[in-house]
Amino acid sequence: MAKVIVVTSGKGGVGKTTTSASFAVGLAQKGFRTVVIDFDVGLRNLDLIMGCERRVVYDFINVIHDDANLSQALIKDKRVENLYILAASQTRDKDALTMEGVESIIMELKKSFDYIICDSPAGIEKGAFMAMYFADEALIVTNPEVSSVRDADRILGLLDAKTFRAKNGDEPVRQHLLVTRYVPSRVEKGEMLGVNDINDILNVPLLGVIPESTQVLQSSNAGLPVILEAGTSAAQAYEDAVCRIAGENRPMRFLQERKPSLLQRIFGGG
Amino acid sequence: MSLLGSIFKSYRKKSASVAKERLQVLVALERSSRAGMPDYLTELQEDIFQVLAKYFPVERDQVKVQVEHQDGCEFLELNVPIVELEAGGGYTIRTQTQSA
Ligand SMILES: Nc1ncnc2c1ncn2[C@@H]1O[C@H](COP(=O)(O)OP(=O)(O)O)[C@@H](O)[C@H]1O
Ligand SMILES: [Mg+2]
Repeated sequence: MAKVIVVTSGKGGVGKTTTSASFAVGLAQKGFRTVVIDFDVGLRNLDLIMGCERRVVYDFINVIHDDANLSQALIKDKRVENLYILAASQTRDKDALTMEGVESIIMELKKSFDYIICDSPAGIEKGAFMAMYFADEALIVTNPEVSSVRDADRILGLLDAKTFRAKNGDEPVRQHLLVTRYVPSRVEKGEMLGVNDINDILNVPLLGVIPESTQVLQSSNAGLPVILEAGTSAAQAYEDAVCRIAGENRPMRFLQERKPSLLQRIFGGG
Repeated sequence: MSLLGSIFKSYRKKSASVAKERLQVLVALERSSRAGMPDYLTELQEDIFQVLAKYFPVERDQVKVQVEHQDGCEFLELNVPIVELEAGGGYTIRTQTQSA
């Protein structure tokens, strides 16, 4: 049974696109047929993070308007099997995205994919609403920071009230919390909200914690989803979270500051 | 940091616990108002924000729409504080529309 997962947050710049890209890659690497859709009409960026910006010919809106069919618009990833990208349109017309159009594309994709990842735009208006409407599960991405946590709670309200599942009285959209840009040393000093604090406030099952990592910026420079930078803390944290969403049990990591070894303290780095 | 500064700091509450307390109060409040808020009000609030944002540098969470009950009447209360760009001062648009 195909699963639609929305990656959403309310607030912008918290790591939705970074997360969508790494989750899509991670699920595809596990053998699931996966497609990741950019819902950020007018501000497309997922193609850049996925490193396929020069291969975008047709986009989401072209398919909705019948200028192209779905198979023409799906971009096959060159590094990972089973992975496709559907780019957002660069149009300024926010009404280009219609509910009927989105529905028909999602229904079509459900026939041939296991996972459909929807990268939501920021905000709580139309774009975000469209991205979440047909979701079965939601990844609520938040940073350990007051405005981000508050906006996450507003998104929880929308997920409970405004989705297809909510309107049809189906089982509610399954919610997962993903805390990103986490700095354990600052949490230990009492300068940053900890995962437990965020959990006490939002009360959503914790799927994972992604540490703040300089690697994220570097891999976005290169158009390589950070999960592919095997061995880095961000890649490991994303791998764990992907395994958990696929039902595997993985203990939480990166909740504590890694103490530098003696050698690292002498020679620096680490 | 000076000795006095560090003593003072240890007396002061850690900023993360202040953040947590503030968020717990706010989220509880917003959840309960969401629970009682008819659907159309959320949409109205968003629409009003979109329109006002064309004219003023308002933030989404500064636009507040509420239904108040008073003397057997229902009032629609719209509250939007607007900060003037240069002066740095602020003023507020307040409207009250009575509905039967
Ligand atoms: N774990 C992380 N560590 C450091 N920087 C991060 C991390 N996650 C995201 N970022 C940075 O945050 C910024 C916003 O990320 P992005 O995924 O585009 O957010 P959104 O899609 O929510 O707007 C980018 O510059 C990205 O490199
Ligand atoms: Mg984004």
